[in-house]
Amino acid sequence: MMMAALIALIVSMCLLLIRALMGPTLYDRVLAVNSFGTKTVLLIGLMGFVMGRPDFLDIAILYTLINFTSTIAVLKFFRYRSFQVPLARRGEPRAVAPIAGGEPNA
Amino acid sequence: MTGDMMGEASTSIISALLLSILFVMGVAIAHLRNLFAIVMLSGIYSLVCAAWYILVDAVDVGFTEAAVGAGMSTAVLLGAILLTSRNAKPERRFARLGPLAVCIAAGAMLIYATSDLPAAGDPASPANTGVGLTYLQINWADTGVPNVVTSVLASYRGFDTLGETLVVFIAGLAVVLLLGFGERSLAETLRKLKKEDKVP
Repeated sequence: MMMAALIALIVSMCLLLIRALMGPTLYDRVLAVNSFGTKTVLLIGLMGFVMGRPDFLDIAILYTLINFTSTIAVLKFFRYRSFQVPLARRGEPRAVAPIAGGEPNA
Repeated sequence: MTGDMMGEASTSIISALLLSILFVMGVAIAHLRNLFAIVMLSGIYSLVCAAWYILVDAVDVGFTEAAVGAGMSTAVLLGAILLTSRNAKPERRFARLGPLAVCIAAGAMLIYATSDLPAAGDPASPANTGVGLTYLQINWADTGVPNVVTSVLASYRGFDTLGETLVVFIAGLAVVLLLGFGERSLAETLRKLKKEDKVP
């Protein structure tokens, strides 16, 4: 059962890797990286059970938190083109132009 | 027993797989010229690195790699992209030959040096004949922490680690004071100066 889950996980990781390498747009890569992080977390959790050390699950959960940091950074990068903007909205949202490299087919 | 064997076999298979993913990532990063894609791929690289560290039981190193490599440096590199261009300049044809030679020489020296290393778990190796063995014996009774490295870092050398944390915190604070956040930040000031045409 665990082995089947592991194999499925590895196949999906390889597929995500192809998506991250090929692109074609930047948003494909962002999505691929984000779900690759989730897959890594799942892999660590599963490996804990396969190796007979279920306490790896705690580490996997911590990785989820860390993975979230970079996602927030990427989203801020696309939305505001700056890290100086607070995430909480105060009054009107800023007018945003898409970044130069951010359009599809970039 | 068979479960253990299966676990071990699958560990080494997954280890090899993760390392080959790292190789593919490295080659792809070296080839790409789009900086944003490179940052994204290096995020994957760090995550895979961290997962592999955990597989080989170096949990603390894995944590550091995940926090610094996948979390922090992605954000920092994205900030750097905001200040520069989105694409790297195309390279001259044989510009990489020098660095390639240096890399191959350094790698060859490292591989040559590994032949002098003791085998993993060798009881006669320097790591196992000195104080290491004592720590392995008294660690559980002293601290009750299953991971010996963690017990040394956080318990036996607790004050040292606290001092290190303090140093890193002060360094981060100094960077924040120098660069600033929000309206007073360096990036914001540069943008304003650019708007007023004081900087070309």
